[in-house]
Parts: sequence; structure tokens; C-alpha cells
Amino acid sequence: MSSSTGAEAPLLDVRNLQTHFRTPDGVNRAVDGLSFHVNAGETVAIVGESGCGKSVTSMSILRLIPEPPGKIAGEILFQGKDLLKLSDKEMRAIRGNDVSMIFQEPMTSLNPVLTVGRQIGETLRLHQGLSGAQAEAKSIEMLKLVGIPAPERRVREYPHQLSGGMRQRVMIAMALACNPKLLIADEPTTALDVTIQAQILDLMRDLKHRVGAAIVLITHDLGVVAEVAERVIVMYAGRKVEEAPVRELFSDPKHPYTQGLLGAVPKLGSSLTGEETRLAEIPGLVPSLKTRIDGCVFAGRCPKVTDLCRAVAPALEPKAPRHTAACHYAEKELMAA
Amino acid sequence: MSATLSTTPTTDSATSHGSAPGKPLLQVDDLKKHFPLRGGLLGGVTGQVYAVDGVSFEIAKGETLSLVGESGCGKSTVGKAVLRLFDITSGQVVLDGRRIDTLPQSSLRPMRRRVQVVFQDPFSSLNPRMRVKDILAEPIRNFGLAKNSADLDRRLAELMDTVRLPRDAVTRWPHEFSGGQRQRIGIARALAAEPDLIICDEAVSALDVSVKAQIVNLLQDLQRELGLALLFISHDLAIVEHMTHRVAVMYLGKIVEVAPRRSLFAAPKHPYTQALLSAVPVPQPGAARQRIILKGDVPSPISPPSGCRFHTRCPYVFDRCRVEEPLLKPPEPGFHAHTAACHLHDLPADQNPLAGEASPLH
Amino acid sequence: MSTSTIQPGTLHRPLTAGDVAAAAPLPDILPPVRARRGLIGFLRRNPTIAIGGGLMLLIIAVAILAPLLWTVDPTALAPARRTREPSAMYWFGTDMLGRDVYSRVLYGARVSLIVGFAVAFFSSVIGLTIGLVSGFVRWADAIVMRVMDGIMSIPSILLAIALMALTRGSVGNVILAITIAEVPRVSRLVRGVVLSLREQPYVDAAVASGTTTPRIILRHILPNTLAPLTVQATYICASAMIAESILSFIGAGTPPIIPSWGNIMAEGRALWQVKPYIVFFPAVFLSLTVLAVNLLGDGLRDWLDPRMAKKV
Repeated sequence: MSSSTGAEAPLLDVRNLQTHFRTPDGVNRAVDGLSFHVNAGETVAIVGESGCGKSVTSMSILRLIPEPPGKIAGEILFQGKDLLKLSDKEMRAIRGNDVSMIFQEPMTSLNPVLTVGRQIGETLRLHQGLSGAQAEAKSIEMLKLVGIPAPERRVREYPHQLSGGMRQRVMIAMALACNPKLLIADEPTTALDVTIQAQILDLMRDLKHRVGAAIVLITHDLGVVAEVAERVIVMYAGRKVEEAPVRELFSDPKHPYTQGLLGAVPKLGSSLTGEETRLAEIPGLVPSLKTRIDGCVFAGRCPKVTDLCRAVAPALEPKAPRHTAACHYAEKELMAA
Repeated sequence: MSATLSTTPTTDSATSHGSAPGKPLLQVDDLKKHFPLRGGLLGGVTGQVYAVDGVSFEIAKGETLSLVGESGCGKSTVGKAVLRLFDITSGQVVLDGRRIDTLPQSSLRPMRRRVQVVFQDPFSSLNPRMRVKDILAEPIRNFGLAKNSADLDRRLAELMDTVRLPRDAVTRWPHEFSGGQRQRIGIARALAAEPDLIICDEAVSALDVSVKAQIVNLLQDLQRELGLALLFISHDLAIVEHMTHRVAVMYLGKIVEVAPRRSLFAAPKHPYTQALLSAVPVPQPGAARQRIILKGDVPSPISPPSGCRFHTRCPYVFDRCRVEEPLLKPPEPGFHAHTAACHLHDLPADQNPLAGEASPLH
Repeated sequence: MSTSTIQPGTLHRPLTAGDVAAAAPLPDILPPVRARRGLIGFLRRNPTIAIGGGLMLLIIAVAILAPLLWTVDPTALAPARRTREPSAMYWFGTDMLGRDVYSRVLYGARVSLIVGFAVAFFSSVIGLTIGLVSGFVRWADAIVMRVMDGIMSIPSILLAIALMALTRGSVGNVILAITIAEVPRVSRLVRGVVLSLREQPYVDAAVASGTTTPRIILRHILPNTLAPLTVQATYICASAMIAESILSFIGAGTPPIIPSWGNIMAEGRALWQVKPYIVFFPAVFLSLTVLAVNLLGDGLRDWLDPRMAKKV
């Protein structure tokens, strides 16, 4: 689409990302060796349970991790530039401009003492040098874009005057104000009710076609993943255990953890199809990230575990076209040439 | 296929309980709970929050009734009213033939034993300054269930076995456990009183997917083994469908639809239920579903809309809805009635968009 | 058994390390943390408590061991040796009546500490009781809290001065006057904590399991108010020490016969321009003590605050 990037170079290329935290009782390896890429205009979901490192990943991309106690290593290439090598000033120019973020809790992410218009306008004035009047006009346009009725009135209101769904729309408007190339959405609908969630997901799908930004969607909700994502990365204990196009991941999961996750979620309509079964349990607990894990991170809970798994950490290997998994025992399909 | 199922509800597992008609275990009649809004210089009452505004339902012994709805619909307030954590504004709560909403504190205690609760947040639902054994012993001591200290210890060990935690963990503190384990302790505390009914107030909502499955399975096993009735308050329709016998859907302080599970998921009769079902994201990529996206937000319970409370967001609204409140017809005996508070069903079938197979899940 | 899940047709024996691709091992990017247990570990993780507590213990030791620390009778008059500069003989010099300032400052620590601890203790106990009552009894709450608001509308030091004016100067009366002035702050804090604890699900669960109100207060509310109360008590201790010094300084506190830091400073005030050391040393001790107590309070707050504990 844009000619500035190379033909095949991904928009975002994360290589061997490690984000560790110093804590009084040990080093927490929150993200440990994560690599993935996002192409322009693509929606990639990072899915996993709490503590798997998915939110830390999103914070690391924008360098929002406080250092110390945190430390980030690896490479985060955005349009070929390593974000980890930029100065704070250069990073500020990227945040909210080329890369922007939507957070889970719209109330705490908005400044309660500034009007909606001022908050959207601020990024515009900062990054695009618009005047006050221009910024307000653009703010109204953005509010209209995200489907807020009577934007001329809403632009002068404060966050507390809006409902939760409206606030999340404002957050999206703020995030999109500077036409970002990459939008990181960290659990954007988790705090919302299901009918409001449907509105926001619908809006995100719609905007994606119109704005064309790539989206990194961080979520724990497999339903949201299935509805929005094109490609899925499954994280467990700070590492990527599987990656596949969305349909393939749901129809043919290779990693035992992914299989367990999919089996643990009841499907709506199960009582109608008669496929009622007991939910699959993944026994045990997520391992502590403060002790080094030599073998497979999932070995402690895996139903297929062998001594090999405990001794040798499996590499991420292609198991099918565009489908990788980190499991010694995952079935491989014959690859085309 | 499901058409036959929904019209012949006797095949539904829920109705096995209805087949023994008798007194329901819990009966709630026209329950109302209004919270006064205080404000102004003198702290006078300036308005009312109509949190629960006329809710009726019943639960049979050993049955699971789910109360579903979005935040602010009043479902948790119903649970707390049944627990009598506060006095209700009007209505009746009848447990096994006895009104408990008017009982004085002194005679309430034996009834309290029969209704217990499991809350949502595994962190704030256990007192951080009490060991597990003290947490579990509290109801046993309060209700005088243990004959002596040896009996108490035996009961504690049994409870830990029941919720599948190691027996020696009773000497530990809540902060030493993970979220899922704490929720097991919360369940053990509820079971310690040997109740007939457990109110699960979003009991699995805060848990991670894999842990949620463990707790759901545990609750299902316990219900089967102990013959417990559950009032399962939740916003998660997929879990509800997996767990429940019957469902009551709440919107803005009122129940808008009650039905046995299959009947509700096969053919919802209220537009709100239909929209809810269509809004749930399903973990099946490319699943072609007709989605009903509701406009706007839930109105404030301080000044609920006139007529049908859903009319401001209903895709099928017509004039009558704005002025006349639709009533939920009293359920017929036998727990398999499917009723919805909606004027559409008074229209001829060819004008009723909810007639027949209206489930967005097909 | 495991062979059944492997790529068909390649292997018919269990996998070994030679058959599989191992993930490249990752370097550690942070130096390892040596997690220490016990007291040393605790003090390392909470340096503020270590410094504040250490300083506090030192001052307490000085107060208790004052007779052993090369002091003389702090009240012994020696008009012949008035206003000597600090020297090897008189470490902190002597005052206008020839009394040894070093001895007076060390003994003065006793008064400050007794007043500080006693006020912290009594105002916590009284404030806790009032706070619990008004957090649980609705009708009492309205009355009690208006009374507390009334007391708080008077600056606490002015209230203490007024109370002292009504009585004879003694250490006991100083404690009483400062306690009365401090009680409203504690009551408000406890009431706030009680009101938020009452909303906790575990309290609801206890009500549902038939626990009576007195037992709920005793087992579920009280233990959970102790942490914030302890923190508040340290701040009250510090402000009581300052209040005691102010009262003594203006002559409305500890009787002049008892050496207290406020008294010493009051007596040295007239000579401040020419003999500043008489005021300087008690002032330094007072500041250090207040600093120690406040550091301890800050450390305790950070340690006990669950939001801090949950971080990372």
C-alpha cells in the first residue's frame, strides 16, 4: 500500500523480545524470547491467560515499561527502525502517532479533568501541529467516525459524562486521530458488557476497512479472537507456543496448551447441537516465571508430557504452512515444497 | 432438529426436576429493592435507584436457575436480597415455605444455613487475616454443626477433599493460594454450612479460561453429588448454557424472559435475549451469524423508560411498547414454561419477528 | 505410546533429544536476585523501615541508657559554670544555670518518647473504638462525626494549649491534651476503613454464614484495620513529639523542672544569638527523632499497602 516500506518487509517485526522485571524475590521473566511480525493492514491477536506476558508485550512495543525495575532486550523493528534504539524524544514522536494504543479500562485511561475534544486534540496539536480550531474540527470528525451521536456536543463533555461504551469509542477516536499505521488494542472490550462489546467489535472491524491500520489485539477471549483476528499467536508463560492463521488454529490446534484452551471454553449453542461434554480441564497452575524453566514451559500441565519435554525446550517449528508450534510431539503435516 | 426439542421440553434435562411437582425450594415474589439517592445540603433523599423492580422466580430442589443480564441490571442485587444482606423494599422471599424477608435476626440464623454464597472476586472474598481452617470453621461453629473438635477436624478434611485441595492446606493463609484455589476455598466455605441453595454471584467470571473450566466442572459435580440448588448469576451466556437447567434474563431491574435452557437458546422470545445471544463472540472463525447490534446504552435505573424498559433499544419497537409495560405471564407449574414480557407475542404470527425459530445461534 | 502422535512413517521408537529441535537457550538480561529470607531479607526489601527503625532503636536506647552514657544529674545547678561553650568537659556546653546540656538532651529524650508513644497508643485505642462504633451504628455516626468535625475545626496545637491552660502542667496532662486533639483524625481514618471493609465480599459471606455482628467486628473488621492504624499511629507519634516541644517551649507543657527538648529550647531562646548551641542540640535530636518515626511510618505504609505488594 505505502511505498516507503519494502515490498515484503513487515510493518512490525519483533525479534527475541525479552522483558524481565527485578523483584525482591527473583527476576520475573515476563516475556522471554518472543518473536513475531505484523504486516501492514493485518490483524494479529495475541491470546493467553493472565500472566502469560501478552500485556507486557504490548507495553514493551511502546516502551512503556519502567526501567528499572524492568528491562527490555531484543529487537522491535517498526518500519525497519529498532524502537529499542530510539531516544526518548524520537519514541514520543512515534507513540500516539505512528503507533497508538487502546487500553482495557477507558475510565482510567482518559484524563477526567479535560474535555473529550481537548484530549483528542492534544495528540493532533502535538504530532500534526494543528491549531486549536483545526484540532477541534478534526476531533468532531473523529467522534463522528467512531459513531458517537451529536459529536459537536460531546466534544465539549468530560469523560464522566459518557457511558463505558462511549468512553471506549473516544479512546478509539484518540488512537486513530493521527492515522496510525499500527494500533495496539489491549483487551479493548473486556470491561464492557456483551451488547456494548458487540458494538465496539463491529466498530473495529468497520474502521479497519476504512482506516487500514494494522492491529495487534491482546485478549484472553477466544471468541473475540475468532471474530476479529486474521492470525493468532498463543502465549504461555512468557513464550509463544503456537502461531497460525485464525481458522487453522481453531480447527487444527497443534500445541497441547492451545488444544486445552479450546476445550475449556463452552460453545454457545452447545445445548442445541447436542455436543455437550464436560469441559476440558488443564490441571495445575502456570509455573512461576521467577525460576528458570529448562524444558518445555507447559510440561508441568501437559497431558502428553514425557521426560524429553522436561529436559529439552522445544523450538518453534513449522507444523503446516504458516503454522508453527513449540511441541516435540505435535504432528507435522507435509509442507508444500 | 432443535425445533422438536424446544416444542417437546420434556426431553430437556431441566424438566426432570419439574416432574416432581411440589413446593419450590426458593420462591421470590415481586421482589423490589430501591436504593435511596442522597444528596443536597441536608443529605435528604433526592431520588431512587430502581435496582430491582418487581422480580419473581422460583427454584426447585437440585435445580440450577441462571440469572443473566448485563452490568447494572440488578442480578447481583437479587442474589444479595435472597441472602438477606439488606432489607428489601417490597415483595416476598420464601424459602421452603417460610418467608425469610421478614424474619427477625434471631430466628433468621437457621434459615441462613440453607442459603450460602460464592462471590466473584477470589481475592476479596476471603479474609486475608484468617487461616483457611478458621475461614471454613466459621459457618460450622456458627450453626453448631460439629459435635466436638475431632468432628470439626474431620469436617474440614472432608471439605478440602470435596473441593480437591490438599488437606494440610487448611493451615495456610489465603494469599498463599492462586485465584482458582481461592475460589475452591470459597466454595468449601459455602458447603461447610450444608446448604440447600448456593448463590454463585459471577463465581467463575474473574477466572482464567483453564481455571474457569476446573471450577465449572467442580460446581457441576457438587450439584450432582449433593443435590444442591444453584442460583447462578452470570453475564457469560456460554457458561450459563453449559451449566444451567433454566434461565431468567434480566434487563434494568426486571426479568424479561424465563425459560428452560434449550427452549431459550433455541428460540428466544424476547428481543433483548435474542440480541444478547447474537452479541456473544463465538470461538468459531467465520461462523456466519446474523448479528443484532443494539443501539445505545442501557438507560439509567434512576429514571427507567416508560412502558417496556427495553423500548429505547429494541429493534422491533412499536407504539404500544412506549406506553404499556408488557408483563411476564406467571409461569405455569412444572418449571417448563417459557414466558417473555414482550408485546410482540400479542401480534399475529406473521407480524411477529420472534415467532418460530428466532435464535441467532442457528 | 508417544510414537502414535509423531509424524507417520518416520519413527517407531520414543523420541530422544537427537530427534527434536531444541529452542535456543536465552541469556539472562538482568543480574540474578538473591532472595534473602528472614530479618536481613526483610530489611533489604524495606530500606525505609531499616533506616527509620534503626534510628528509632538508637534513640530509644539513648533515652533508656542515659545514666550510663557519661551524663551527670541534668538538673544539677552550677551557677559558676554558666553558658560554657561545648568542650571535652561539657560536650554540648552548659546553659544559663550551669546545667550540662548533653545530659539534659539525653534525659529529655525520655519525655519526648513517652509523650509520643503514649499519645499514639491512647489516641489509637480511643479513635479505634469511636471509629468502629460510628462505622457500624448509623445513628451514632451522624452525631459522633459532627463532634469530631467540630474538634478538627480547631487547630490541634491551639486545642492542646487551651486544654493545658485549664490544668496544671504535668507530663500526664500533656499526653491527655495532645491525645484529645489527635483522636478525631484516628476516628475518621478508622471509620473510613470500616465502611470500606463492610463492603468486602468476605464480610457479606460471613453474614451469610450466620456470624453475629460483634464477631464480625472482632474477627473480620478489627484485624484488617490494624495495618492502616499502625501507620497512622507512627505519624501521630511524630506529631505528638513536636506538639510536646511546642507546648513546653511556650511554657504550657512539661514542668520546667523536668528536662524536655521543648524546655531546653525555651530556656536557651533568650541566648539564641550568642549561645546558639543550647537550642541547636535539642532541636537536632527532635528533628532526628521525628524523622525516624516518619521514615518508619512511610516504610510500614509501603510494606502494608496491598497495592504495593501486588505490584509485579
